[in-house]
Amino acid sequence: MTWRVHVRILPRTGLLDPQGQAVEHALAALAFPEVSNVHVGKAIALDVAASSAAEAEARVRTMCDRLLANPVTEDYEIDIEPGGAA
Amino acid sequence: MMRVAVVRFPGSNCEPEACRAVERAGGEAFYVGHRDASLRDADAVVLPGGFSYGDYLRSGAIARFSPVMEAIRAHAAAGSPVLGICNGFQILCEAGLLPGALVRNAELSYLSRPVTLRVERRDTPFSSAYREGELITIPIGHGDGRYVAPEAVLDQLEANRQIVLRYVAGGGADVPGNPNASLRDIAAVCSPSGNVVGMMPHPERLADPALGSDAGHRVFVSLLSSTRPVTSNR
Repeated sequence: MTWRVHVRILPRTGLLDPQGQAVEHALAALAFPEVSNVHVGKAIALDVAASSAAEAEARVRTMCDRLLANPVTEDYEIDIEPGGAA
Repeated sequence: MMRVAVVRFPGSNCEPEACRAVERAGGEAFYVGHRDASLRDADAVVLPGGFSYGDYLRSGAIARFSPVMEAIRAHAAAGSPVLGICNGFQILCEAGLLPGALVRNAELSYLSRPVTLRVERRDTPFSSAYREGELITIPIGHGDGRYVAPEAVLDQLEANRQIVLRYVAGGGADVPGNPNASLRDIAAVCSPSGNVVGMMPHPERLADPALGSDAGHRVFVSLLSSTRPVTSNR
């Protein structure tokens, strides 16, 4: 069956994230002083054919380790739901 | 005559300068395409600067899977010289042929200007014609040039003398040395055995005295004399 997979990629915690800082400063300038810890990353959506959610997740994890995320600088999270993008 | 392959990826844009710099140093340069399986018996390989595959996903991330990379991997494993300049450095890091990664400049802007560098190691195929500790000024042109690696890896790079060039102040008191906040001021690193070198600055853009300086020329002079074994560090 087909699974809809969302991968969220963020700069590794503790690494300087100049884009996150710039957005945080811009939000402060727009009078949102309550904002902190802004990080800018990437979202990647994909359909994956697999017999189970676990199998789809294992495959996507390998994709992340090999291509979608940089293991030196980025962390990722994976969400999986049944069905494709339609 | 030494034969140097200059790899063209979709989006490479510094390959003519790289060829010309090799030729000015007395070598034969030719292009190899990203789909080529062979380096055509090249003695050395240059991965030039540019924006391979539009820098999609991350700089160098897609180029790393080009068919030609298998040949480059074998060439590097055999101990033969490989130089990655700017985007070429990013590709070598993504491919795991060099440690670390190059991320967005700390001030987020694309930087195109001269930088002053200190030559930290000269027993590589691309730095032997400089003096150790020599200061040289050549240009950078990058948005993703901030070198990062885990602390333990940085310590290991220092211990193994894998840092080839560092940014230093020197272009005037008002010019900060490190333009992009690279960790430990790193501008170039090499593999443990020294034959694979990646650098963010562009020596091929300043390799002809007609431009007012040829400070980058000796990177290629180094390469052309690199078939002789390096016997001393001075």
